[in-house]
Amino acid sequence: MLLIKCPWCGERDAHEFSYGGEAHITRPENPDKLSDEQWADYLFMQKNAMGPFLERWVHAHGCRRWFNVRRDTVTHEITAVYKMGDRPPERTA
Amino acid sequence: MKKGLKKYSLFSLVRNALSYHQHWQEAWRSPEPKKAYDIVIIGAGGHGLATAYYLAKEHGITNVVVLEKGWLGGGNTGRNTTIIRSNYLWDESAHLYEHSLKLFEGLSQELNFNIMFSQRGVINLSHNLHDLRELSRRVNANRLNGIDSEILTTEQVKALVPIINTSPRSRYPVLGASLQRRGGVARHDAVAWGFARGADARGVDIIQNCEVTGIRRNGAKVEGVETSRGFIKANKVGVVTAGHSSVLAAMAGLRLPIQSYPLQALVSEPIKPVLHTVVMSSTVHVYVSQSDRGELVIGAGMDAFQSYAQRGSFAVIEHQTGALLELFPIFSRLRMMRQWGGIVDVSPDASPIVSKTPIKGLYLNCGWGTGGFKATPGSGWVFAYTIARDQPHRLNEPFNLERFTTGRLIDEHGAAAVAH
Ligand SMILES: Cc1cc2nc3c(=O)[nH]c(=O)nc-3n(C[C@H](O)[C@H](O)[C@H](O)COP(=O)(O)OP(=O)(O)OC[C@H]3O[C@@H](n4cnc5c(N)ncnc54)[C@H](O)[C@@H]3O)c2cc1C
Ligand SMILES: [Zn+2]
Repeated sequence: MLLIKCPWCGERDAHEFSYGGEAHITRPENPDKLSDEQWADYLFMQKNAMGPFLERWVHAHGCRRWFNVRRDTVTHEITAVYKMGDRPPERTA
Repeated sequence: MKKGLKKYSLFSLVRNALSYHQHWQEAWRSPEPKKAYDIVIIGAGGHGLATAYYLAKEHGITNVVVLEKGWLGGGNTGRNTTIIRSNYLWDESAHLYEHSLKLFEGLSQELNFNIMFSQRGVINLSHNLHDLRELSRRVNANRLNGIDSEILTTEQVKALVPIINTSPRSRYPVLGASLQRRGGVARHDAVAWGFARGADARGVDIIQNCEVTGIRRNGAKVEGVETSRGFIKANKVGVVTAGHSSVLAAMAGLRLPIQSYPLQALVSEPIKPVLHTVVMSSTVHVYVSQSDRGELVIGAGMDAFQSYAQRGSFAVIEHQTGALLELFPIFSRLRMMRQWGGIVDVSPDASPIVSKTPIKGLYLNCGWGTGGFKATPGSGWVFAYTIARDQPHRLNEPFNLERFTTGRLIDEHGAAAVAH
């Protein structure tokens, strides 16, 4: 079981949440100026990192708000939870 | 076959019985890796080993090494529920998977290795009107592609699978099904072992416990791979690492349209034969068959979040068994013996990528996700062609990496009934 600490509601079982995948993928500023390659990169290409990974979650069966998480995709350890729009906190050892 | 490989036969069984089975020849060698090869294959799963086998057999290229960080067949190949079928919706997929199914049909003979391929039929259930319509669309598409596929009524399902709950009052009533009689199951380990033995006999080196840690390139051209046992030079490198494809691609500076998720399966205690076909349902998400040992082999779902942990959440199993019992109330007191997970490589259109890459000499075979075991021989066959000739075969040409730029996706989500 994965415990996730919603910034608003506190620690809850992962099943209250829905997953939003990789975080910090920003929508291109000038969509009509993009090449096909740039679109493909924005839409499909993924870090899919093994180890520390920045990702989005939404507390779907709770406050229904989105937030960011830094989670290790091998150990599942969560080392940071921060709000949408915020930058990931500095890593501490 | 060369190199004094001893053929398996009734006589060899008798001969070896006389010496108390102490002198069986090793199925493959464990040589020291050479400094350079014509071709390096990364990943000794079924797909990587099949690639090496067909490189040697179909293209006469034997200066090949397969590098495996663990033991061969220890990835998804040895963790899957072994369902084999070719009744995919789109022409591109149908042709590729059917090619693979045809290779499976002759594989035990060809490899001189019993892969226990059992064409017991695969049933896909439908539980609502939409399911039924999709199902007849798919059955018709299959037939146009020359693939055996038929529609079953509820009564016909019940006749083939007497233990299934067909009560109209159940939460998800069985309204009908499709059946591919040529579909079935095979022994997953044997597929890996058979290809390994066949490749080794033709001169391919298989190096286990050898992890690739880097891909060396000179500009846009591959030069070789860094491994836990030193640098190995090669002008052609094939990446066949399933759930770890993004990790390998990153070593070459590429990002892929792939996400890695854990997929689980479980096995029950053995019981007498009660289930003679493979039964799948995408609506209630069940897929189950009974092994020759009598155990039920049950596929569970994927975790909802990306992971490389090679285990899944318990809640997924709980959900899974609930769905199973809805269909098969008779299983309610069965004990489960083992449970495990594998890391599957999910692509945006649920179709594989078997392709050249922007880097010369680097080839990619991934994205098979939750359903690539059935494709093992076919995947190896087209990938060997692609590497040997530096151009895709007609069968895998549509499964290129550029389709995410051109938009020519092969959307098998949902279309493929259940993704397995
Ligand atoms: C639970 C489960 C059930 C499934 N059920 C079905 C089914 O019923 N039918 C079906 O058709 N498919 C099914 N699949 C999918 C199927 O198992 C896979 O698509 C298929 O086996 C992939 O084969 P592969 O050879 O590409 O990958 P793998 O067998 O995973 O081989 C990849 C190999 O690469 C190695 N590797 C990774 N990184 C490195 C490195 N850096 N250096 C060296 N080696 C490396 C790994 O150790 C591994 O051995 C299922 C999968 C799972 C997990
Ligand atoms: Zn909340």
